[in-house]
Amino acid sequence: MRGTPRSSEAGWRLIRGRRPVAVSTAARPGTGAGREGMWSRVTAALWRRPWARATMLLTPPLAWFVLIYLAALAVLLITAFWQINPFTTNIERVWSLTNLHTIVTSPAYRGIILRTVGMAAAVTVTDVIVAFPFAYFMARVASRRTRTALFVAILLPLWASYLAKVYSWLLIFTHHGILDWSLGKTGLGQVHLIYTNWAVYTVFCYLWLPFMITPVYAALERIPASQIEASQDLGGRTWRTTRMVLFPLALPGIVAGSIFTFSLTLGDYITPLLVGGTSANFMGNVIYSNIGIANNVPFAAAMALFPIAIMAVYLLAARALGAFEEI
Amino acid sequence: MIATHRRRVSRPLSAALALTVASVIAAGCGNSSSSGGGGTQGPGVAGQSVPTAGLPVLKKIGKGEGQLNLIAWEGYLNPVWVKPFEQQTGCQVNAKYAGSSDEMVSLMKNGGGGQYDMVSSSGDADLRILFAGDARPVNVGLIPSWKDFFPAFQSPPFNTINGVHYGVSLQWGPNVLMYNTKDFPAAPPSWSIIYDPKYKGQVTVPDNPIQIADAALYLQKHKPSLAITDPYELTQPQFTAAVNLLAAQRPLIEKYWALASQEIFDFKNGNAIVGAGWPYQVSTLKAAHFPIGTTIPSEGATGWADTWMLAAKAPHPNCAYLWMRYVSTPKVQAQQAVNYGETPDNKLACPIMNQLQAGSCEEYHANAPSSYFDTIKLWKTPIATCDNGKPDCVPYSEWVNAWNTQVK
Repeated sequence: MRGTPRSSEAGWRLIRGRRPVAVSTAARPGTGAGREGMWSRVTAALWRRPWARATMLLTPPLAWFVLIYLAALAVLLITAFWQINPFTTNIERVWSLTNLHTIVTSPAYRGIILRTVGMAAAVTVTDVIVAFPFAYFMARVASRRTRTALFVAILLPLWASYLAKVYSWLLIFTHHGILDWSLGKTGLGQVHLIYTNWAVYTVFCYLWLPFMITPVYAALERIPASQIEASQDLGGRTWRTTRMVLFPLALPGIVAGSIFTFSLTLGDYITPLLVGGTSANFMGNVIYSNIGIANNVPFAAAMALFPIAIMAVYLLAARALGAFEEI
Repeated sequence: MIATHRRRVSRPLSAALALTVASVIAAGCGNSSSSGGGGTQGPGVAGQSVPTAGLPVLKKIGKGEGQLNLIAWEGYLNPVWVKPFEQQTGCQVNAKYAGSSDEMVSLMKNGGGGQYDMVSSSGDADLRILFAGDARPVNVGLIPSWKDFFPAFQSPPFNTINGVHYGVSLQWGPNVLMYNTKDFPAAPPSWSIIYDPKYKGQVTVPDNPIQIADAALYLQKHKPSLAITDPYELTQPQFTAAVNLLAAQRPLIEKYWALASQEIFDFKNGNAIVGAGWPYQVSTLKAAHFPIGTTIPSEGATGWADTWMLAAKAPHPNCAYLWMRYVSTPKVQAQQAVNYGETPDNKLACPIMNQLQAGSCEEYHANAPSSYFDTIKLWKTPIATCDNGKPDCVPYSEWVNAWNTQVK
């Protein structure tokens, strides 16, 4: 993530610097003479053939990737075109497009897809708005100690269980809960947020905020102070500098963070289940209820294709915006 | 050289991207051409045979395997009767709680069906489980208390097919109307209260497609023109009317509860003041001294009759038989009945219930005549073939579909 031209230069030097190190490991004393000879021959052979080294290094993760991720994805893709017996719920391997047809033609499922994307977009935009000034303060204003304290404050919730956090929001939102109680005390009336999509939205914004702040902070921290000064020297005021200099330079970080917030919201079903009400049906909930309750895996697979497709489009758009240029 | 390194490293990334793009295109193609595809339904239901009917039954209960994996309704594996069982038999009970019959059917299939030994499923799930080949014949001769069961529960049609038992009946009871006695000093006489706009945002009902039968039961009394005779056998117009009633109820609903504990939370915190639930929620709330009332309104109620079904690939069959033998005994039947608030299947349980809690035998109808049994419409799986043999009824898959897309 941090690969500016400057640091990739450093990386290059580091790797070049390793050459003699590799040789000296080969001649490490203390191992048996025969094994040592063998060892040095192997390392020498690997040294001469960088492709062999790369193959050895990359085979395990690649095999994992292909087997676990791509194969699972392929199975998912195939299952989406099967059916279940509506009575016994056994899978019947008959090819048809019924599942996709049902999703595309049913206003209820179309509504669910739109609602999910809308929620993901709203959460992402909110998190950007909250995270940007926060990250700016951390990166460019706060003292070293404050910055550390803020980092701890952001990352500490990630140590707590997801469920514990959602349940604590349930207790905040519930009737006679902390929120309504304190609003009642201050005479503002009550809001009854429990079991509404506002509750779902609030909890999502809270849960994913650290995933937005961190990359935005990383992006803002890297902007050279000279560029901001130059903008100011040329007459750019705060707003203009933010809009024309800071924001474009931080955009890759914002887009990277938005991938987290967007995709996490797109796939989550537990928060809507716990704090959501009668209209808290999202794509994740449809998939969950079809797998966990109705045992209609083919339909769940068909539904799961939609978040994958949406995310693929999103990633392509993010790439067009330059989010991956510096990876 | 560094350049080659970088290119090699980035290859998986581009592969992933290519694959996602491919899947998008595939999905896209699927969508565009699917408009021409017609809907195909699975094969009919009537005339199916149970795939596991020929499996051998256990002749003699051997030594327990040390473990027993059970899928149960919440409240069915109370330490009060599970602990003594574990001590007597050395079979450690591992519980998995399910919130609906559909979930139970689904869990019995998980991992190819070899994970769980038994499920305490209700009449609306049993047939689906056994016709899917996920249940195994049971030798009731190894369960001495079985002969003390009320005749209606010895070989009921929901767990016994052609004289072959696939489990042993457990208990039964009604789905009751629950209300906060602070808001309702007297018991509401009718289910109409959960359809009354006056209680907008204060009603809770189960998140379960079988709830359509509750609406049908209500319409059976209040809309005689629909001529509903059985809330589980609905023709298309009857079904549509029930679904419409539930769709109109939706704005009143604060939360469709999925787990009993969720409904308890909502009553306790004032998120709901009236709703449909199980006696378990009532007894739990009563135990916490919460002002909860319960009634079976004038329309009657739907209900359940549960069976401990034996899984086709049960990994611990001896412990499973020990468990069936244990839970059928009058004492455990009485304990569970009093604890959960349901009716035991063993007719010898009544006096023990009264010992545990005075008057509980009458309260939970353990000695009631069969006329009481007739007022409770026990859950069963809605199938396309009605009782009169005509294929006019709406099958369960449509119930699920309507629940997910029209009601919720």
